[in-house]
Amino acid sequence: MLRVNNVNTYYGKVHALKDVSLALGEGEIVTLIGANGAGKTTILNTISGVTPAASGEISFRSESVTALAPDRIVKLGISQVPEGRQVFKPLSVEDNLEMGAYLRYRSSEKTAAIHKDMDQVFRLFPRLEERRNQLAGTMSGGEQQMLAIGRAMMAKPKLLLLDEPSMGLAPLVVQEIFRVLERLRQETGMTILLVEQNAKAALKLADRGYVMETGKVILEGMADELMENAEVKRAYLGKEQKAAPGT
Amino acid sequence: MKKELLKFGAFALLIMLAPLAFKGGYLMTVLVFVGINTMLSIALNLLLGYAGQISLGHAGFFGLGAYLSGVLTATYGWNPWLSMALAAVIVGIVAYLIGFPILKLKGHYLAMATLGLGIIIYIVFNETVDLTGGPSGLSGIPNLSINGITFDSDLKNYYLVWIFALLMVLFSLNLANSRIGRALRAVHDSEVAARVVGVNARLLKVQIFAVSATFCALAGSLYAHTMTFISPASFGFTFSVELLTMVVIGGLGSIYGSFLGAALLTLLPEFLRAAHDYDIIIYGGLLMVMVMYMPGGLVRGIPELYRKLLKSKGKTALKSEGGVEHA
Repeated sequence: MLRVNNVNTYYGKVHALKDVSLALGEGEIVTLIGANGAGKTTILNTISGVTPAASGEISFRSESVTALAPDRIVKLGISQVPEGRQVFKPLSVEDNLEMGAYLRYRSSEKTAAIHKDMDQVFRLFPRLEERRNQLAGTMSGGEQQMLAIGRAMMAKPKLLLLDEPSMGLAPLVVQEIFRVLERLRQETGMTILLVEQNAKAALKLADRGYVMETGKVILEGMADELMENAEVKRAYLGKEQKAAPGT
Repeated sequence: MKKELLKFGAFALLIMLAPLAFKGGYLMTVLVFVGINTMLSIALNLLLGYAGQISLGHAGFFGLGAYLSGVLTATYGWNPWLSMALAAVIVGIVAYLIGFPILKLKGHYLAMATLGLGIIIYIVFNETVDLTGGPSGLSGIPNLSINGITFDSDLKNYYLVWIFALLMVLFSLNLANSRIGRALRAVHDSEVAARVVGVNARLLKVQIFAVSATFCALAGSLYAHTMTFISPASFGFTFSVELLTMVVIGGLGSIYGSFLGAALLTLLPEFLRAAHDYDIIIYGGLLMVMVMYMPGGLVRGIPELYRKLLKSKGKTALKSEGGVEHA
């Protein structure tokens, strides 16, 4: 569904992504784990067109999206939940969700369809419905995260890019968010590319995973394999292998 | 939406009936200026209060509108309505073209660039003496007229200017409550997030910049045709700052706030005549106090003040009931 081939991205002179390749199949949940500054957010921003790639090739449903502007990419069916949630703070919950459907107003689809999708988001996150008229900036971090996911859903994406949904949230709230992602997959068969620092929760949810370090993919595999991988355990799961002093 | 329309109706009625209370006189001239300044501060507010992009050069667009209208009619004898429309279109196109490079800048850099733009336009007015008359100004600009009615008195000009201003209020209210208005506020709050939901942030900023400049040009044309004389001094940097003051004092992101700010800052100097040379100090002081104690501007600050007053009144009533009386 999504294929990223040898992509290089720069911030000015900083070489943020070095020949990164990855692929996602239809209906898959794939996670991207790694430390701060590994390039996880950059790869999402490169896919969504916010920070365009300098070289390499990105294709989505066998169509090249490498040089497209973000709004064109949204239209093709890729929605991003940006890092740090980035809900529109001075707008109400409802207006935030309507913003998610920004490009759909222009097409022939009617407002009724958009409201139906809004109800679906409310079914997924009942808390948002209670607060539909509240300003997004006055909600808790967890609620804002739900809103950010809901907003991305409003574009009716085929692929959802999630950037650290657990960032700065209480463990209980993180659990709730991951439960909803699981439900989302079951109910809609949504394809998800999930960037996470919380490697344990991410690998539990995902089918497959990639491990990034300083701009490169250093490891890839099935989620349960990665979970058992000594290197991953040591670096990202916080479980020191005492039985293997040699490594 | 219905409530909005009702509010606008009440506002329009108030404006239309206002001259009855003043019965001509000098204040009518000032109220014409209130109308023109309302248009200008709404224009700047669309850019600054909604899209979050600052401009310190809006007096320049105002002046461009005024001079285009003035020169085309006074020097070349064009029809005033036609020159007004042409001025609006030209300024809109100019702003659109300048907008692309200039709006790539953010924050202080954008402020500096627009400041420079305003100053360049001001210098052009001063230096192209053959065309604009230079510092001594351009006179003999004809009044607008329609069906044999010439807008040559303060009362007629009042209605002329305010019909345009009210249309602009209506247009801006509609824009603010539309999908585009939401997108503008979204860009203001987080450009990255706006882009990932599919807003072409760069284009939208340029478009609203052009709309804003076009509105300024319209106000400029009306100014030229009502005053019949213009000089560069009205379109300098200080006026750009005054516009900014109106928008901030009235309330960022509020159309009616722009009216309040424009009304206050236009009327205030008239009442501060006695303090003539010190009026700039009062302006500055006012801006400081407003930002400190009414960061939301008059439009949000006054209702809040009213609520607080009611509350403290309620408290004293309670106190006296309880028998705790102060001497």
